[in-house]
Amino acid sequence: MSDTPADRLARATPPTLARKVRGLSDRTIAWIFVAPTILLLLAINIFPLIWTIRLSFTNYRANRPNEPVEWVGLRNYERILTDPDIWQTMQATAHFLFWTLVLQVLIGFTLAWLINRKFRGNDLMTTLIVIPMMLSPAVVGNFWTFLYQPQIGLINYAVEFVTGIPASSFTMLGSVTLAPWAIVIVDTWMWTPFVMLICLAGLRSIPDYIYEAAEVDRASKWRQFWTMTVPMVLPFLMLAVLFRGIENFKMFDLVVLLTGGGPGDTTLLSSIELKREAFEKWRTGYSSAYAIILFVTVFGLASIYVKALNKVKER
Amino acid sequence: MKRTTLAASAALALVWAAQANAQTTELTLCWAAWDPANALVELSKDFEAQSGIKMNFEFVPWPNFADRMLNELNSGGKLCDLMIGDSQWIGAGAESGHYVKLNDFFDANAISMDAFVPATVTGYSEWPKGTPNYWSLPAFGDVVGWTYRKDWFERPEIATAFKEKTGRDLTPPATFAELKEVAEFFQGREIDGKTVYGASIYTERGSEGITMGVMDVLYSFGFKYENPDKPYDMAGFVNSPGAVAGLEFYKSLYDCCTPPGMSNAYMGEGIDAYKSGQVAMQMNFAFTWPGFEVDPNVGGGKTGYLVNPAGPDGERFAQLGGQGISVVSYSEKQDAALEYIKWFAQAEVQQKWWSMGGFSCLRAVVEDPAFASSQPYAQTFLDSMAIVKDFWAEPSYATLLADSQKRFHDYVVAGTGTAQEALDGLVADWTVTFEDDGKL
Repeated sequence: MSDTPADRLARATPPTLARKVRGLSDRTIAWIFVAPTILLLLAINIFPLIWTIRLSFTNYRANRPNEPVEWVGLRNYERILTDPDIWQTMQATAHFLFWTLVLQVLIGFTLAWLINRKFRGNDLMTTLIVIPMMLSPAVVGNFWTFLYQPQIGLINYAVEFVTGIPASSFTMLGSVTLAPWAIVIVDTWMWTPFVMLICLAGLRSIPDYIYEAAEVDRASKWRQFWTMTVPMVLPFLMLAVLFRGIENFKMFDLVVLLTGGGPGDTTLLSSIELKREAFEKWRTGYSSAYAIILFVTVFGLASIYVKALNKVKER
Repeated sequence: MKRTTLAASAALALVWAAQANAQTTELTLCWAAWDPANALVELSKDFEAQSGIKMNFEFVPWPNFADRMLNELNSGGKLCDLMIGDSQWIGAGAESGHYVKLNDFFDANAISMDAFVPATVTGYSEWPKGTPNYWSLPAFGDVVGWTYRKDWFERPEIATAFKEKTGRDLTPPATFAELKEVAEFFQGREIDGKTVYGASIYTERGSEGITMGVMDVLYSFGFKYENPDKPYDMAGFVNSPGAVAGLEFYKSLYDCCTPPGMSNAYMGEGIDAYKSGQVAMQMNFAFTWPGFEVDPNVGGGKTGYLVNPAGPDGERFAQLGGQGISVVSYSEKQDAALEYIKWFAQAEVQQKWWSMGGFSCLRAVVEDPAFASSQPYAQTFLDSMAIVKDFWAEPSYATLLADSQKRFHDYVVAGTGTAQEALDGLVADWTVTFEDDGKL
């Protein structure tokens, strides 16, 4: 047996320390490694959450640190839940969330299904389709603001070309009825490629021999699609919906750039309203309560959804 | 070896001393990023030469200016030694301890507030309003007024068409009724082969735009913030019949006479619409006027300037803009910052400030007989500054402003509810804010 440098180092190590190191259990060593991460998570996630919950029961204002802070009980929650304006922002958020998810799933899945077929230029097409999601929301917001401009925007001219309605006679971003759809269109344009990519991963994970077996059994293409393709891609699709749902629930930048929440409050999403309460009106306690309500809502919905997702995966 | 170490140490000490010296002789001035700020950079070179103090500047675009700078102040940040903050910030700046009170400094340096235009002292420097407690030196006078296409108004075929349509001469509007009549006349008209529109007005939702525009009309229609005899008593003043009529007028002006797509327009959009020849008239702050004079499309005598028109009862007011310059209480260089203010308050500096495009508030400058003819817009600026009113300058101004933004945009642009409902709602919103503040 040779005498390696490691052996020599081990012999040179004071016996008490060596005994201590050797005496550590795997569990203890694991804790030593994990502890910094847990501490960091506590510091940057759990502590602020607890602090926010505490602030939500007060009238604290961050811009007036010298004023006494009063405990107001559930008053902030009561105010929020009985405020019709808050419910309107919830409604606007729900509208945005529902339609962006529906459109992105439908278009994303269709694109993935088409792209999945073998044809020349397939890779180039995929690359071109995913370009919008690579752009920054600031760029996309400004870009679409110009596209929607009634006098110089291409969208209005395209509508005029197709329908004959004069381009300058309507405005997408300034109209109460059209503005909510204008933001849905932009978000769909930007994020459908994301859904497409996830669906594409799902489609490509289905082994060819399953379809070959179905062909042997003379299953029609429609039947193959509904009984094989859709169920096997469904977990992927649900995952995409989860990601997009959470992202769009907190949508901020794109909508601020496009409409600023207007006209009136028609595109004022909850996240924009929360920012206004917290950092424009400086109602810190009130906005903390609002943030908690939004957190509970998204956490609750996401939990229910994840349970459903797990059931689908188990099938 | 020892000698080398000694020399190196001495050199390091010198560098450190030089850096330390440089740190004590540098000031940072915070303001919005706009043309007057660029003029101030040029002007401040004189101060640098005279004092040996280096000036740094932190400019933030208007839409983000309040967010960025109020965050800085609220967090006790040391970035800014001098702040040219908006007039509405004075209440919060004073009560939250962001600004240094300047009374003793003014007294010690023989700087009298009587030397400045009274409206700017009230608007930019005093808190509480109407009391001799000064938190800034009036730095940049500004007010909402109107520009119009003088060259279009003077064209015979347009003047004739207007006379045929309305029965009166096409003159610069003196009342809001006339303004709307002129705007309706130009709306959709073809001039030089291009479709033009009546007027550009403020409709912006995100910061303060639509409020600055609407208030400009409401004041002259009889709106008052509160009962003059009972502070914070707003019912019947904010939502008076005159105020309702004023808000209805603003909406009718938006509906009839603005270019398509101006549903979220503020200063920048107004400038663009006017310079590109889209509109016959434009509502905007006076700071935009020097830029029009040098613009190839609308400069060289093509633009006329108007004081905000009168309301139905002949009352005439204009929305105050502009800012004062304050010393930030968190600054570690307050003495140097005060030195800058002392320099800036001098008559010859103020005269140069005006000549460079800065709107001076010093009476010696604006009351000089040569002032009115020094620029095509100088007289309009003077007349406008004589009739100004300002938004709430309360410490809770941001909340009050956010409420008015919502109520006005909901009614004017989105067409939700009636003017009466919008103003009744505003009274309710503002009441809650003052109740929260313990003032009601």
